[in-house]
Amino acid sequence: MKVRVYVTLKKSVFDPQGKTIHDALGSMGYAGVEDVRQGKFFEVTLDAPSADAARTTVEEIARKVLANPVIESYRVEVEA
Amino acid sequence: MNVGVVVFPGSNCDHDTHHVLEQVCGQQARFVWHKDSDLSGLDAVVLPGGFAYGDYLRTGAIARFSPVMRAVGEFAKKGGPVLGICNGFQILQEAGLLPGAMLRNRTVKFLSQPVHVRVERDDTVATAGLVKGTVLTMPIAHGEGNFFLPEAELDRLEAEGQVVFRYTTRDGRLDDAANANGSCRAIAGICNPGRNVVGLMPHPERAAEPELGSADGRLVFEALIRSLVSA
Repeated sequence: MKVRVYVTLKKSVFDPQGKTIHDALGSMGYAGVEDVRQGKFFEVTLDAPSADAARTTVEEIARKVLANPVIESYRVEVEA
Repeated sequence: MNVGVVVFPGSNCDHDTHHVLEQVCGQQARFVWHKDSDLSGLDAVVLPGGFAYGDYLRTGAIARFSPVMRAVGEFAKKGGPVLGICNGFQILQEAGLLPGAMLRNRTVKFLSQPVHVRVERDDTVATAGLVKGTVLTMPIAHGEGNFFLPEAELDRLEAEGQVVFRYTTRDGRLDDAANANGSCRAIAGICNPGRNVVGLMPHPERAAEPELGSADGRLVFEALIRSLVSA
């Protein structure tokens, strides 16, 4: 089973990399781009008895390792 | 005094730290491999700088799960002095032994340069016996040293007196330009409430002898040794 994890900086946390990309897009002429936030994407393949079980396991992994709760939040998606 | 220097795969300031402890400060030091969890006989533990596990995922994120970190946690809980330098500081944060997290430097560049930091406390294992307001010159070398905590938690950190070092000008003034990485409230080093766990981003081991341009870092190691004698 494949589970996707998206880790992003919390909205209240400044994202220096996202800002740099945003500034670059501005200088490339993309005037309409209002904001860019950079994050991380993980694709976890695991053997689990059900989609719910896979989600529970990967949410635990995301909480313990993949995201740092001080600065990041995460979203977990189980592939249908 | 016998000081342990923890070595993770990717540590690269371990030998410098060991050198300063033995050759400059005249103490005993021994390397502790990250898979070991035996800290017996050690009076203090230093987590040196480097790129533990290549800093994959986040700085310190994988290293905190090394067997030695459980032992370091227990050592710290019993009041044992723990000093985390640069990557060592990041590992202590990931391990929950120190608060906060490091964001990418606001310049989005790896910064390798001398900085000035002001001593904010004289009662931690890294500053015992130093005079508050003393300015130390030491190098930084990091890509992620932009200290972050939410505002309310920063207030609590300050109220508890856990800010140990701040980036300042040479004469000890706060100045935005002196805070190269953009850290919240110019924080360069903090401690736990017990004052026995300290993390700092500058490298005292790279500035502990006059030949290196500054010997100020020696004061940090001497403070560590002093805190052991008085303990």
